[in-house]
Amino acid sequence: MLPLRLEKVCITISGQQIIDGVSAVFEAGPRSIIIGPNGAGKSMLLRLCHGLVSPSSGHVQWSGESGSSSRQAMVFQRPVMLRRSALANVIYALAVASIPRAEREPRARAAMERAGLLSIAERPARVLSGGEQQRLALARAGALNPEVLFLDEPTANLDPGATREVEAVIQAIHEGGAKIIMTTHNLGQARRLGDEILFLNQGRLAEHSDAAAFFPKPRSAEANAFIRGELPWD
Amino acid sequence: MGLTALVASLAVAALFGVPVSPAHAAGSFITLASTTSTEQSGLFKLLLPMYSKRTGVQVRVVALGTGQALDMARRGDADVVLVHDRVAEERFVAEGFGVRRQDVMYNDFVLLGPTTDSAQVAGGTDIVESLKKIALAQAPFVSRGDRSGTHAAELRLWKVAGLDSSTGRGTWYRETGSGMGPALNTASAMNAYLLADRGTWLSFKNQGQLRIVVEGDARLFNQYGVILVDPGRHVHVKRELSQQFIDWVVSAEGQAAIASYRIGGEQLFFPNARPP
Amino acid sequence: MNDLGQAFLQAVRLLGSADAELLAIVALSLQVSIAAVVIAALIGLPLGAAFTVTRFPARRALVVLCNSLMGLPPVVVGLLVYLLLSRAGPLGDYGLLFTPVAMVVAQTILIVPIVGALSHQVLESAWEEYREQLQSLGCGAWQAGVTLLWDARSALVTVLLAGLGRATAEVGAVMIVGGNIDGVTRVMTTAIALETSKGDLPLAFALGLILIALVLAMNACAYVIKEAAKSRYG
Repeated sequence: MLPLRLEKVCITISGQQIIDGVSAVFEAGPRSIIIGPNGAGKSMLLRLCHGLVSPSSGHVQWSGESGSSSRQAMVFQRPVMLRRSALANVIYALAVASIPRAEREPRARAAMERAGLLSIAERPARVLSGGEQQRLALARAGALNPEVLFLDEPTANLDPGATREVEAVIQAIHEGGAKIIMTTHNLGQARRLGDEILFLNQGRLAEHSDAAAFFPKPRSAEANAFIRGELPWD
Repeated sequence: MGLTALVASLAVAALFGVPVSPAHAAGSFITLASTTSTEQSGLFKLLLPMYSKRTGVQVRVVALGTGQALDMARRGDADVVLVHDRVAEERFVAEGFGVRRQDVMYNDFVLLGPTTDSAQVAGGTDIVESLKKIALAQAPFVSRGDRSGTHAAELRLWKVAGLDSSTGRGTWYRETGSGMGPALNTASAMNAYLLADRGTWLSFKNQGQLRIVVEGDARLFNQYGVILVDPGRHVHVKRELSQQFIDWVVSAEGQAAIASYRIGGEQLFFPNARPP
Repeated sequence: MNDLGQAFLQAVRLLGSADAELLAIVALSLQVSIAAVVIAALIGLPLGAAFTVTRFPARRALVVLCNSLMGLPPVVVGLLVYLLLSRAGPLGDYGLLFTPVAMVVAQTILIVPIVGALSHQVLESAWEEYREQLQSLGCGAWQAGVTLLWDARSALVTVLLAGLGRATAEVGAVMIVGGNIDGVTRVMTTAIALETSKGDLPLAFALGLILIALVLAMNACAYVIKEAAKSRYG
């Protein structure tokens, strides 16, 4: 499926240019982090890549076989859990992906174990804490063994401890072979997790470079201004 | 959830297993279109179980106003009609919807009025004069206004009294467009005059301030007739079962049963079927 | 006040005596209304789901129509069904007039708009929460609809109770199509109407109290079931 190519994509909603002529290539391998100020269009760009939203103009081009959705997964800022047990939520995702019935439970349990959630497998998913739910969402996504994992500000609502736990699971999924494309407003997180950085500002891609090059000194003036306005987290 | 589901399923099974009535199990029945006044008098509650026990046939009564009952029969939704408006019944037969009209029983209408009796008609025996007095006094009068046998009788009496145009009547004349019972409730609450059949009045439990003010006038005679709906016109009509019922109602046994129905010792209906 | 007091005592006496005729009337009322709700659920719930997750031509017009039909006057529905089932009508040959089946038909017609419109409302809120996640997982419209229906089951039980309330309370339609035949199509509401006609107001009111008690009991059961489900599934 990879590389994913965006060619001059635009999204216009009610006359407003949310995404303005973004072109980018996402290669297999590096963890890609999209950063930018509020309202820059990060979430929209992510949804565009995942196929939840269609561009008003331009192309979203996957390579090879047109990506079937079970090869992509997405984790949202607020985890969405069904009214059933934690394990059942993961099994549900596998059922939707047409995984054979006999494989579902073992695979779900394995994914939950990797996320450190096996002890709460039978608890109702909706009563879990924010951090547990987000790890569950990751376990659910990971169980699908996706080629690309999209994450939209996954730790925005979590405390530092839960954030660390979630980052660990993301890393584990990456090491399992998934491409990570993530948005965040947390520069420290971008620095910790990112291999390449895409800086979005007012719907335009202002900069796209390796993290190693970006963080000491971004090339673009906008990115510089953005970083100066933020305190480095660690 | 397993236990709850089990209990719920058992409850549902039990509910739908309850037979609604023993009569439901029986196969044969006929549909009798009759009037609300006849049903509310309680006559059917005496007569029909007696008939069912004897023949095993259930008689299902749909009680409407006379006009509606005859209309229902015209549509073929009834097998037999038992109403009390001879003119309408004979027209029904003449139009080809009914086979034959037979007398069954009679009772009478009574004029009911409040104890205050603003029109001063109490104790009278001339219904037409009483109606004229009510119109003159503009005393509240409740009319059923529903094409029932009672309503038809009432209109005929107004006509004899020379007051047959409903537009000529004032706000004292109140058409409720309802059955005998609701009209009685209304008259009772309004302390108004009302023409009712004696049967319904005797069995009515909300008499309030009303009492009989005029009775006994020959023009208050109320004849009931029974008609078999013509199976030639509506093939679904159950000819044999229906004729069996009609034959029983006009037979000595049926007529005696009718005569035996009393409320507070008073007889409500007087059998007068002629031998066929 | 005397009448009301009398009515209350009479209600208690009637219940205690377990009068066979009363029991038959109560059983028929429940059978007719519950049957109508079950059928209306089978039609209305999928309808509500379809309104929510699919887009088809005239969808909006249908939604407006469904919402409006919630206000159908029962007596008009009764008339309509009567004309359809009358021997003189198109479906006369089935001999369904003046039977409990006709009553179920009339009540179903009354309740379907309620179930459809209210379930649509309930599912719309759920859909707002679930839509992106379900789309991300690859759910088609059918799967999404079924998932929503199951997840919103608690709120949908309330919707069905609203329909049940409407059915149990209604007298106009069942009077016309059932004929209030003693021992065959007499239900609580038509019995109350009859006793009122006969001037026996305390008895009529007593029957009314019993009817209310019945509806209360059904609602209480539903509440208990919902609470149990909530503690189990969150």
